[in-house]
Amino acid sequence: MGYTLAEKILMKNTGLKEIKPGQLIITKPNMYMIHDIYTPFVIQKFEEMKFKKVANPDKAIVILDHLMPTNAAKNDPRHYRAGIELSQRFGIKKLHIGEGISHTLMHELGYAKPGTVVVATDSHTPTYGGGGCFCTGIGFTEMAAVLGSGELWMKVPEAIKVVVEGKLPKGVYAKDIILKIIGDIKADGGTYKSMEFTGSTIRDLDMSSRFTIANMSLEAGVKTGLFEADKKTAEYFGMDYDEISWIKIDEDANYVQVLHYKAEDIEPQLACPQGVDNVKPISEVMGTKLNEVYIGSCTNGSIEDMAIAANILKGKKIEKYMKLVIIPASLKVYKEAMALGYIETFIEAGGMVSHPCCGLCCGQPYGLMSDGEVVLGTNNRNFIGRMGTKKSLIFLSSPAVAAASALTGVVSDPREIL
Amino acid sequence: MEKKFSGKVWKLPDDVDTDTIIAGRHGVLPTPKDMSVHCLETLRPELASTAKPGDILVAGKNFGCGSSREQAPACIVALGIKCIIAKSFARIFYRNGINNGMFLIESNDLPDNCEEGDIVTVEVNKKVTVNGKEFDIPNIPDNLFEIIKDGGLVNRYRKLNEANK
Repeated sequence: MGYTLAEKILMKNTGLKEIKPGQLIITKPNMYMIHDIYTPFVIQKFEEMKFKKVANPDKAIVILDHLMPTNAAKNDPRHYRAGIELSQRFGIKKLHIGEGISHTLMHELGYAKPGTVVVATDSHTPTYGGGGCFCTGIGFTEMAAVLGSGELWMKVPEAIKVVVEGKLPKGVYAKDIILKIIGDIKADGGTYKSMEFTGSTIRDLDMSSRFTIANMSLEAGVKTGLFEADKKTAEYFGMDYDEISWIKIDEDANYVQVLHYKAEDIEPQLACPQGVDNVKPISEVMGTKLNEVYIGSCTNGSIEDMAIAANILKGKKIEKYMKLVIIPASLKVYKEAMALGYIETFIEAGGMVSHPCCGLCCGQPYGLMSDGEVVLGTNNRNFIGRMGTKKSLIFLSSPAVAAASALTGVVSDPREIL
Repeated sequence: MEKKFSGKVWKLPDDVDTDTIIAGRHGVLPTPKDMSVHCLETLRPELASTAKPGDILVAGKNFGCGSSREQAPACIVALGIKCIIAKSFARIFYRNGINNGMFLIESNDLPDNCEEGDIVTVEVNKKVTVNGKEFDIPNIPDNLFEIIKDGGLVNRYRKLNEANK
């Protein structure tokens, strides 16, 4: 009997010789990350639990990204102070302030390695599954328990296999694949499960595209979204392929559901107001008037995403009344985008380029939308009120659709200008 | 925790997300009590001010979907609501709910067989009853029940750490 990726990684972590879905196991997460929304609460719970010290300070990471810089002077500074307190008081040396979005830093800095178990206080933790890391979000109380004990209970998840075969058409990207899947299986279609991706299209994807899909698989409710490891994975993490070649789906592994897609059939997709599973092909939403376009986030803020947007915006001007905000996901992406001339392209086109942080996506640092305003973002979630008032409307798309739409002021198809 | 309890029903729809339970901008208020004033305000503006301790939320599928924010279950608990019955729960909300000492029950049939204001009776690991109709409910594993019984993960670890002194 073969194993799913989730089962293989959990067996490696626990040392168990066999494992089956539904089994309760005690894992020892290899790394754990706390971001600034939760820093004060983690400390509070840690103290209430009467822990004295962090079991493994070298496995803990603190990243300040949601409230960077401060949004509201009244409440936010304590999140920053608590991040520093976690570092100073408990010896957590991996502290990153304003260096970028936590999820991007987790794989960029090699904290979330292939074949390991990683937890973090954020729902989009499955991002690093793009690198074959079993990673999942937990709450701040559980994080306090992980810091103190080094352990976390988990239920071995059932798994869904997604097989995508063929070559993606021009103007169609990883974001369109995952939006299509979420539209099909809906926001609870993967609840508690591991979503595991394979097929020729998936193998052709670059690492940033894999992180995009893994990041957004969460929007179908999954526990984790996993990719097999290959030579690209090894190169990205600076590892020997032989070390991670075991991160492969067994042919006889047991999947509760298998989904098949042909890449050639996928067209640009948008999640429409107001639900991440209210997904429509672009042909049904073309021409919708927009006030603002946001390119960035842990879903689509990579250098590859910046390149896609720059290629469309180069030498052009955005629509007269459009607000275009572009946020590279990390300082590394920012510097590369500068070196490659993308930042200049964005500015010349009329975009506002901001510092790496969670940006408009979490409705916190800035850029809030008001009643009746319509925003199209490359982020991952369009719940009511997330990016502003409850009467603002949110569309989600790939960076290509976003850039093409910024030029016209209405939802536009990038395939027509590429 | 009592093995049998009853409460008045607040009926909620499918896919109630964490931003609806507590918006991000209210999630940075100092305590769950402060946040609870805004609990579910976009969906049910009157709930936070009129819900009574012991009331029960009855929801459709995928309750608590969205972010990992633990402020969501914490602000519900701050209203004195300790039990939610839903067709299904989003994964992180389920963990956070238990870790905050809440009793979360999955029942596919009860939500379609009760109305706002009905009285639901819960018998832990046995059944839920409403309007004379009974519905089976799943057993909760022992280690999770210990957490709920102790009033959440904080109390559980405090008890363990104090016992280890």
